[in-house]
Amino acid sequence: MSFWNDPIRFVAEWLQGLLTGWGLNQSFADVLLALLGALLLITFSLVLAIFLVWVERKVVARFQDRLGPNRLGPFGLIQPFADIIKLLIKEDTTPAGADKFLYNLAPVLALASVLLLWAILPLASVIYGVDLNVALLYLIAAGALGTLAIIMGGWASNNKYALLGAFRMVATMISYEIPMVVALLIPTILAGTMSVRGIAEAQGSVWFFFLSPLAAVIFLISAVAELGRAPFDLNEAESEIIAGFHIEYSGMKFGLFYAGELLHAFTFGGFAALLFFGGYGGFFGLQNLPAFAWLNNPFVQTPVFMLKAMLGYWVIMWIKYTMPRVRIDHMLAFNWKFLTPLALVLLMVTAVLDRWLDGSNWYAAGLFFSNVVIAWLTIEILRAYGRKQRKAEAARLGSDCAQAGAQSAQQ
Amino acid sequence: MTGAQIVFLVCAGLILGSAVMVVTARNLMHAAFWLIAALFGVAVLYALLEAGFMAVIQVVIYIGAIAIMFIFADMLTRREVRESRAQIGRNWPLAAFAGLSILTGLVALILGQPGVSRTASAIPAGVDPVAALGTALVSPDAYVLPFEVASVLLLAALVGAVYIAGIVKK
Repeated sequence: MSFWNDPIRFVAEWLQGLLTGWGLNQSFADVLLALLGALLLITFSLVLAIFLVWVERKVVARFQDRLGPNRLGPFGLIQPFADIIKLLIKEDTTPAGADKFLYNLAPVLALASVLLLWAILPLASVIYGVDLNVALLYLIAAGALGTLAIIMGGWASNNKYALLGAFRMVATMISYEIPMVVALLIPTILAGTMSVRGIAEAQGSVWFFFLSPLAAVIFLISAVAELGRAPFDLNEAESEIIAGFHIEYSGMKFGLFYAGELLHAFTFGGFAALLFFGGYGGFFGLQNLPAFAWLNNPFVQTPVFMLKAMLGYWVIMWIKYTMPRVRIDHMLAFNWKFLTPLALVLLMVTAVLDRWLDGSNWYAAGLFFSNVVIAWLTIEILRAYGRKQRKAEAARLGSDCAQAGAQSAQQ
Repeated sequence: MTGAQIVFLVCAGLILGSAVMVVTARNLMHAAFWLIAALFGVAVLYALLEAGFMAVIQVVIYIGAIAIMFIFADMLTRREVRESRAQIGRNWPLAAFAGLSILTGLVALILGQPGVSRTASAIPAGVDPVAALGTALVSPDAYVLPFEVASVLLLAALVGAVYIAGIVKK
């Protein structure tokens, strides 16, 4: 085992040797190393969040045909630090009548719920927090804690707009959790495991995106809804309820919500990469050839994973800054009448085909083709429904016109 | 005392303390959040027992769904979240007696079980507890009948809820 093949374990073993050499108890040294590892992961993700502030501002500027931050440092790279200083020296306000404890706990919990996700996100085959066998359920559980933080902040602020934002968040979260869980079940079925490393390894030769593109799309939509980003940013809709759940927060407490949101979006980009785009691996079988064995090196896998995660994050930003906000009844109807039935049908078809075509040469092609058929049927049903609605509307308008004509003739 | 025991004791204290706060907190919202703390403590206990699946499900179902529904209903229905009436009724000695007798009965029952003081044996290597649980839930010689009955019950509840919500008053 060398540093180049397994850097984290190498350093950990070296540190453990050092600590036990100093006369520390073995189990105590283990606990200390675990804490150190958690600290390292959190520091990494928080430093990444600083960088993401810059990325987000730069990308949104490009989408809106602006330049974005460009004064401080090269390409405005120092801008996030100026932002942080600004947030730190702002007055830290607590509204009158707020529930102080919950009000202060909410931003912490909001960021913590995102950091929890990093525990299961594998950066490379040997660099990961923990390889849980229920990792995808853990993803849902951490999302539930994030929702809880938003409800907490919305309620404790003692502000009706904040409370409305919290209501909307609950409605969104409870609805979109269902297609999200179903979309997560599809990689589980395809890989035969819920462990994130197992899912990444199972995509060594073909990405799950090619086996089930619909599941990837459903996951992306429900992830955007769970993030509370446009077009599902009803919980903070600036034009209706000003800033929703974080309306009363100022200074670094707002900063925690903001950093949490950016990091959350990036993390979901990472999960999309992991679940559907091969994660840290997935070089289409190339990594199994002796000449390309270097692809399995963690120093190659980590940048590849970060790049894929960044692309996922970029798509989420693209959606956010291009789509208008949907109305809440449209959002709920879209989820319950379209996304959930589609996800359930897809799950059933995938489960049956996965058993039926298991081991056959037609496995990948059959799964992909089933997705195409389902997508085509969905579009046909939607088209027929839309036509029927338009006809009904035209008939209603026509009869109105006829009535109005008859009335004017009588007069 | 091992590390696991320390974590267990801290968690047990947290659960019991939060549970007391759930019933004594005057603010209904605070009670709901204390309930979440208690449920989270139970999830940690599951994780200590190496039942990761149960721990995660505990958080998803109890905190992510049930507790959030509690809070949602509280926020929507109660104009005054603070309880101003006396919290202890006239019959408290009776309730205390009933609670204490149930507690002693349970403790006696559990202590009477064989192997109560034994530590749990570790999960053997190569066995995936989640896969074993999944197989047990759908295999005919294990729990497929209770599993299916539970799903039919849930479906009936779902249909009933849709029917009740769908009644339009004219």
